[in-house]
Amino acid sequence: MFLKDYISDVVNGVSSLLKGMRKTGYYFTHSKEIITEQYPDNRATLKLADRFKGEVVMPHDENNEHTCTGCTACELACPNGTIKIITKFDISPEGKKKKAIDAFIYRLEMCTLCNLCITACPSDAIKMVPNFEHSVFDRSKLTKILNKPGSKIKEGIE
Amino acid sequence: MLSLESITKTTQDWLLAKFDPTIALAIECVIVIVLCITLFAILGLVLVLLERKVAARIQIRLGPNRVGPGGIFQTAADTLKLIMKEGLTPDSADKFLFNLAPFVVMMVAMLLLAPIAFARNFQIWDINIGVLYISSISSLSVIGILMAGWASNNKYSLLGAMRSGAQIVSYELSAGFAVLTIVVLTGSLQISDIVAAQENGWWLFKGHIPVIIAFVLYIIAVTAETNRAPFDLAEAESELTAGFHTEYSGMKFALFFLAEYINIFIVCAIGATLFLGGWMPLHIGHWESFNHIMDYIPSSIWFMGKTFFLIFVIMWFRWTFPRLRVDQLLNLEWKYLLPISLFNLLLVTVIAIMGWHF
Repeated sequence: MFLKDYISDVVNGVSSLLKGMRKTGYYFTHSKEIITEQYPDNRATLKLADRFKGEVVMPHDENNEHTCTGCTACELACPNGTIKIITKFDISPEGKKKKAIDAFIYRLEMCTLCNLCITACPSDAIKMVPNFEHSVFDRSKLTKILNKPGSKIKEGIE
Repeated sequence: MLSLESITKTTQDWLLAKFDPTIALAIECVIVIVLCITLFAILGLVLVLLERKVAARIQIRLGPNRVGPGGIFQTAADTLKLIMKEGLTPDSADKFLFNLAPFVVMMVAMLLLAPIAFARNFQIWDINIGVLYISSISSLSVIGILMAGWASNNKYSLLGAMRSGAQIVSYELSAGFAVLTIVVLTGSLQISDIVAAQENGWWLFKGHIPVIIAFVLYIIAVTAETNRAPFDLAEAESELTAGFHTEYSGMKFALFFLAEYINIFIVCAIGATLFLGGWMPLHIGHWESFNHIMDYIPSSIWFMGKTFFLIFVIMWFRWTFPRLRVDQLLNLEWKYLLPISLFNLLLVTVIAIMGWHF
């Protein structure tokens, strides 16, 4: 009885090992099925997941207009002080004073990409883009001003 | 026909004609040393690259592909980097032993090269106790590893070295028994005799069942003896950082790394010599014309082909099997491999006496 168990142990062990080797041998002989991304060779055709969060940007339309009202909801929502909004007052044609942003300062080096600013924004002025090539030689290059120079708020956004 | 045999013979004749025998011998020694070191360097580069490529293919990756076409200069670049790095010796280490250990490991690997027949009549030292010499020298490598582990003054290193000691001491037994089966069949310990005995077929085919069992046992045991995965407990990355060579850096680390691959080459060369006929071409019994065709392939290519096939098998093991626990390791040896190899030796003795092999 002992001998029978012993032999079946050996046979089971060897056969399960061979099964594993067959699997890896299959992979070895089928080199066409490479599953890794050949970055940076495939940079042009690189597909990232939709929910990949790489950086906060402020979309501008063709008239260089954004939808940020300068309400600072994102600045308040940010857990680590990544966003700093400097506001100014624009004088509208009717002579009314209107609050607008002067500079939307975004510090990428402090950002944890938690997405809280995006959800806090009432006017969808900022969004996350799947851009991950952030390496620079100087830290100060990571402090970005998101609103483009000369841009203004879109009509009808309060 | 230009063969390694004729090259060595012309060289020797020329040296003997020019110098007196003692100086000729000294010059031959120097040539052999230079050739050995060159072989080591080339093997180190080739085998590391081969391993990385095989690993990549098995894991459905591409592997190194940046330096040179297909990444063939990757290991040369790595070696250059290791040469330029600082070989740090820890403050509280035993400096003498710490610096000696990599050289002991390398020296053992070099000594093992002596009786290996690389091609027809191309052998450094055809000693009449070749197999015994190999099994005795290969057990010395544990001294270098223990030395490295102890002198590092690091608990991981010491644990790795101790595991390696337990492992090598126990697996040597079944490797020795596997080798003995061939010695029983051949009736000689000399490597050239063992190769010559396989002229009408390799032992793996001639010796059928017991030799196949012995071959499997040999492959398992030498995988353990060279501290390769799945028996790499001595340097288990996830448990002991790097085991006995945790504290080594730069070229001293490179020597350990090189010695590992050289050892793989040597055990595979011995396995190829014993079971697959060494440099002997594939001969099948009395098929004269087939044997003649096979003879046209140079013997060195036969030897290297068989050796690299076995190296590939061992790499295949490494990238397939998970690492054993230390108790499983010792169970496998003392409860399975050793009884099976003892029984197998008995079987092969009966077969050799009764003449039941081909």
